[in-house]
Amino acid sequence: MAIGSGKNPLDLVFSSLTAIASFSVIFFILGILYVLISESLPAIERFGVIKFLTSTDWDPVKESFGALTNIYGTILTTFLSLLIAIPVAVGIAIFVTEIAPDFLKGPIGIAIELLAAIPSIIYGMWGLFTLSPIMSSHIEPLLKRIFGPIPLVGLLFQGTPMGIDILTASVILSIMIIPFTASISRDSFNLTPSVVKESAYAIGATKWEVIKNIVIPYSKLGVFGGIVLSLGRALGETMAIAFVLGNNHRITTSLFDAAATITVTLANEFAEADKDIYLSALFYLAMVLFIMSFVTLALAKYFLLKAERKYSR
Amino acid sequence: MKTILMVVLAMALMVFFTHAEAAETLNGAGATFPYPVYSAWAFDYNKITGVQLNYQSIGSGGGVRQITERTVHFGASDDPLRPEQLQKDRLLQFPAVIGGVVPVANLENVKPGELKLDPESLCKIFLGEIKFWDDPKITKINPGLKLSHSEITVVYRSDGAGTTAIFTHYLSETCPDWKSRVGEGKAVKFPVGIGGKGNEGVANYVKRTANAIGYVEFAYAKQNKLDYLQLKNRAGNFVEPGFESFEDAAETGDFDAKKDFYLWLTNAPGKGSWPIAGATFILLAKEKTDSNKNVVKFFDWAFKIGDNKAKELVYVPLPKSLKDKVRAYWKTNGLQ
Repeated sequence: MAIGSGKNPLDLVFSSLTAIASFSVIFFILGILYVLISESLPAIERFGVIKFLTSTDWDPVKESFGALTNIYGTILTTFLSLLIAIPVAVGIAIFVTEIAPDFLKGPIGIAIELLAAIPSIIYGMWGLFTLSPIMSSHIEPLLKRIFGPIPLVGLLFQGTPMGIDILTASVILSIMIIPFTASISRDSFNLTPSVVKESAYAIGATKWEVIKNIVIPYSKLGVFGGIVLSLGRALGETMAIAFVLGNNHRITTSLFDAAATITVTLANEFAEADKDIYLSALFYLAMVLFIMSFVTLALAKYFLLKAERKYSR
Repeated sequence: MKTILMVVLAMALMVFFTHAEAAETLNGAGATFPYPVYSAWAFDYNKITGVQLNYQSIGSGGGVRQITERTVHFGASDDPLRPEQLQKDRLLQFPAVIGGVVPVANLENVKPGELKLDPESLCKIFLGEIKFWDDPKITKINPGLKLSHSEITVVYRSDGAGTTAIFTHYLSETCPDWKSRVGEGKAVKFPVGIGGKGNEGVANYVKRTANAIGYVEFAYAKQNKLDYLQLKNRAGNFVEPGFESFEDAAETGDFDAKKDFYLWLTNAPGKGSWPIAGATFILLAKEKTDSNKNVVKFFDWAFKIGDNKAKELVYVPLPKSLKDKVRAYWKTNGLQ
């Protein structure tokens, strides 16, 4: 039905209002993109695209800016946090859908959602005052003792554990994204038709075999979509890790080193960026993140759509 | 529906009248460092005069930008703008309160104020050239202390900050190596060390890490009882950070009203001056005489009876000689 084809004038008003509300979303996205591009133009002109993306220099005094250390930190912390979060989250989802007795499903589900509702600045303060001392005095020395002597792997665990580093930030991020991955995985697992599961049980399959051969293959696209959504969240997370990452613009190999992500750099330096080119470089950095997040979310959408189509048949 | 309309109307009227009543509202924005003292002053001022003063601590960079665009009545900046820039943007500038930076360390068996450093050793530590606490350059000036051969961990501010600007200005002024290799600014590329976010981040870090050294705002070091150290000043004396040494720096500092008080208060020449001090500044739009008069009235009041409040919050009030210079500057510009 076309807009305004109703006879009542109120219908026309109502449908135009909803249309305006919807189009405003597109307007805002384009508006933000426009601001990002126009503000970062001086930096784009000065540093170019390839040079900005591949330079590791970040020196406000000499006005030399490159994004690589930030991109590196963003990808590394996101990857590590997914590495920690995915097994835990999928485990939670399997437990809640297939294993837990009914009286446990509710409380665990609520607990997961509560975890998702904690504002990220609280994770940040908790990370700085509670988690990071624990990491530096207990967990990281232990990891160093176990993995340090192993060749190659040991490189990841060099240096003095300070608790303000890539590892601590990744642990906080993983706790933040577990709820997303877990609840989307749970919903995907629930999509598995019970007829199929029951048939499997009927021919004598164990619970483990049903989960491994029926539930997971059936819902893996949905789970994957959930993972990519969490990835988007981890990419853009700021306050939770702004305190514990150290904002160090260097490419380092050890997990015990401080690093910088795009968001952490923005949070730390935006307020006091006093030169025009400095501010412009920060906007440029923001645009890089915008594109990165946009691509990951588009991918997530694509996989989820594909999954839906497959199972709605 | 009607009741809703009535409620909305009543609320609109209320908003209208509260605005009408508080006709005099002053809006300021800028540096985060003086925020506690400005808001404490504003609270008392409001009780006496009814004038509402809103101060948003959005950072010095933001403060300068907002007053340049004339969206606030006054801006505040932790570092002075050059007279040329003030001329260009048609701004006035005067200092409001003094603050400073204090190096803090975490050393076993060393009490607060016991460790002494000179500009050279401080600079070399932050450059990463002095790596151990028992380096001859440090032991030479600390004959009474037993310093162990332990590695120094440098802690710096990871976020852009006026604190870093003052500290790196001081290092650049006293140490040619620092000037050529690192330079000065609110965010610089520190050659060694780890970054903490905010004064609280650096303080937390120094407290937790054995053999660490960092730098924080004086008020922060004092309130959190961090282990400060003594620094050798320009006159060649070792001084402790405190109200007296900051006041001494402010008194001997060569503030010049003709240059709109453009001065970095580092390395002040006084015998008892703390070498890493700095004033925080207020910026006014030159053409807005009416609102400027109100802003000046507020700061004049604060200069008169706000000193104790400032000291309570561990800010160093301007010394009398400097206040007189600022008042003369207001008069010259027709604001008082």
